[in-house]
Amino acid sequence: MNNSSSFPFPEQASNLAPGVDWIFYTLTAICGAMTLLVVALITLFCIRYRQGSRASRANANPRSLPWEVGWTLLPLPIFLAIFFWAAKTYFRMSRPPKDAMEINVVAKQWMWKIQHSEGRREINELHIPVGRAAKLVMISQDVIHDFYVPAFRTKQDVLPGRYTTEWFTPTKPGKYHLFCAQYCGLDHAIMGGWIYVMMPADYAQWLAQGQPPDSLAAQGQRVFYTLGCSGCHAANSKIRAPLLDGIYGKPVPLSDGTIVTADDQYLRDSILLPNKQIAAGYEPVMPTFQNRISEEDLTAVIAYLKSLGSVERNDP
Amino acid sequence: MNTETRELPMTLEPRANYLNDGHSIRSWLLTTDHKRIGLLYMVSITLFFFVGGAAAALMRLELLRPQGGLVTSALYNKLFTMHGVIMVWFFLIPSIPTVLGNFLIPLMIGARDVAFPRLNLVSWYLFIAGGAFALWAIIAGGVDTGWTFYTPYSSTYANGHVLAMAAGIFIAGFGSIATGLNFIVTIHKMRAPGLTWFRLPLFIWTIYTTSLILVLATPVLAITLTLMALERLFGVGIFNPAMGGDPLLFQHLFWFYSHPAVYIMILPGMGVVSELIPCFARKPMFGYRFIAYATIAIGVFGFLVWGHHMFVSSQSVYAGMIFSILSFLVSIPSAIKVFNWTATLYKGSITFQTPMLYAFGFIGLFTIGGLTGLFLAALAVDVHLHDTYFVIAHFHYIMVGGAVMGYLGGLHFWWPKITGRLYCEWLAKLAAVTIFAGFNLTFFPQFILGFMGMPRRYPVYAPEFQVLNVLSTAGASILAIGYALPLAYLLCSLRYGKPAGANPWKATGLEWKTSSPPPRDNFANAPVVTEEPYNYDAQAAELSLEENSHA
Repeated sequence: MNNSSSFPFPEQASNLAPGVDWIFYTLTAICGAMTLLVVALITLFCIRYRQGSRASRANANPRSLPWEVGWTLLPLPIFLAIFFWAAKTYFRMSRPPKDAMEINVVAKQWMWKIQHSEGRREINELHIPVGRAAKLVMISQDVIHDFYVPAFRTKQDVLPGRYTTEWFTPTKPGKYHLFCAQYCGLDHAIMGGWIYVMMPADYAQWLAQGQPPDSLAAQGQRVFYTLGCSGCHAANSKIRAPLLDGIYGKPVPLSDGTIVTADDQYLRDSILLPNKQIAAGYEPVMPTFQNRISEEDLTAVIAYLKSLGSVERNDP
Repeated sequence: MNTETRELPMTLEPRANYLNDGHSIRSWLLTTDHKRIGLLYMVSITLFFFVGGAAAALMRLELLRPQGGLVTSALYNKLFTMHGVIMVWFFLIPSIPTVLGNFLIPLMIGARDVAFPRLNLVSWYLFIAGGAFALWAIIAGGVDTGWTFYTPYSSTYANGHVLAMAAGIFIAGFGSIATGLNFIVTIHKMRAPGLTWFRLPLFIWTIYTTSLILVLATPVLAITLTLMALERLFGVGIFNPAMGGDPLLFQHLFWFYSHPAVYIMILPGMGVVSELIPCFARKPMFGYRFIAYATIAIGVFGFLVWGHHMFVSSQSVYAGMIFSILSFLVSIPSAIKVFNWTATLYKGSITFQTPMLYAFGFIGLFTIGGLTGLFLAALAVDVHLHDTYFVIAHFHYIMVGGAVMGYLGGLHFWWPKITGRLYCEWLAKLAAVTIFAGFNLTFFPQFILGFMGMPRRYPVYAPEFQVLNVLSTAGASILAIGYALPLAYLLCSLRYGKPAGANPWKATGLEWKTSSPPPRDNFANAPVVTEEPYNYDAQAAELSLEENSHA
């Protein structure tokens, strides 16, 4: 474990951490000052105006509009400033950079399953290179979990039935805690593991270790053929179904007149709940694949569909 | 209208009062006297408090060591669920409103009873029936969903007696709604002649606002729990995405109730403190109207901030921003109250009896609890702190540091009125200081634990968190002693306490103008109000004319 953090200051190991900490320390200073002010005034009044003291009690007003207005309005700009500052940082946290490396996370009671797009899989561990933005695309197989890395100052709930994302750029090689932060049942407390932030060369070496597996997209292609998706979604198919080449990220007109973007969630829903959103001009004939495909295979199929967006149609 | 004078025999030891008006069990269990019903609640919530406290004690012992070992994970999960459910619904929410509220509202407004005395008794039976369900669920094997019942865990995956527990909360909720309704009508319709809205004690303002929240928010909780039960029992897909539901819908509904519920817990505590400060500073409340308005403002804004519990749930970023800024705004009326209490001390004539010590404790702990709420309202900071011990520390500063200190302060203040007896003052002061010290040692380290990243609801944890956990457990031991003390000396005072007299604190307010304990019908002559609230200046002038001796 990387123990260079000096108590009680947690390690700052991502690009997001310093920004969050600055707001935290500023708030600590402001709130500490306000608490001290109140405590100091109460102490002062208690001493000076204790019963029997000689201090003058003349002209004690039971009300004062200027004071009321003053202490109502004074905290307002301070609070608003903190709000904007924290909201801006939050906004940045919610927008992963375009070039971030994508890593898929499937949570289940009580483990984290990680799939790298190069095809490597790991459980309760995540190896990532330092200095490169990583975007996690996460889903749960059962209840709500939460992917929390305190050293990165970020967490995100992982929901069943819906992809959520979380991103960070690790800034410091080391080994950091991964916690599940959303209570998820019996072994919630041990549903954790480690994030290994590695130097790029070490990371490349780690990726290449062991049997070089197929890429995630190639795995997805296999699933795509095994489950028979290609029977309909192919150019020479007898059944008219949408062609999926280059579909990822494109607008899709629906039969009800609306247009949606073919993102991870849309593709997932189309596989599991095919009648939820029907592409315009097609019959609702697709069977559901709910209970026939695991979350990991779904992730792989979506990775395959994404890869179809690239110029050549062959295996990436 | 009755126009009798307010003058009452202050020195006479009352012979007939509500306590000796019938001694049979039946005379208690079928009473419609608001004072007796208040006592029924007092006894019941005290039992629940020690049940919930026992669960907390076991949790703190388990957390002495990182690897745990005292209880299994399964039991630990049941303990924190039990602690949360019991403390929130069977202690904190009923505490001040049903005990002190029931006892004091008619006395403070000069009425003989609440508007619907029999409904009042029904409320207590609903509360007890709900509590019986909850206790049965615990004894029969427990529930491990957490007090928040998040779906789809609670509706699909959790074992245990989730439905019995939910039924308990559901039933007790109807007690809350009936109580709220009763108080609203009582305060509107039964005030004594001359007791205008702005002559009401601030305690009444806070109970009034609390009652509005109870009536408006509790039905949403009932609906939410019902939907969860429907999904669990019949597989109706409402929250579980595998059945076409949305798990976040549950969180929205749950917090739409549970955030206002925080104000149900803290507003009455603020009301108590607003009675204590003027009395022991011998001064009218500074900015009375601002405190009254701030109370209403907190009640209204409290309904608009539920989404701040969901900043990392994948709620829309823009919704997050709205909830964040509203959460910052709701802190302003709370700040107004703290400043007004402080200003009331200025040029006062301050004494330091036990209730006042609790009032000081309340202000200090509530200030810390409120300000740390800003950390959690700040979006990016909340991402790090959400679901860590920082949150645990924050809401315990509000609910224990605030609400429980307020309850104990009020209990000590009105104990002589309720029982007609004085308690042992030095023991009471010792207990107040012990509770304050033990509380801070228990919960302050948890802020740091949370900032370092320790998640909540963990029976085992990383070794670097141990030192702070040991400190916290040490504090909890002191806190336990602090809470046991009042139980002992207050019970003792029933037998050995000196007679209190009608007004031992020389406080203003109608409740002090009748004998202690009050007669069955509260006032020998119907009171008429002719003066402003907290009229301690006039009282001081009056007292200095007589022979002035301080208690």
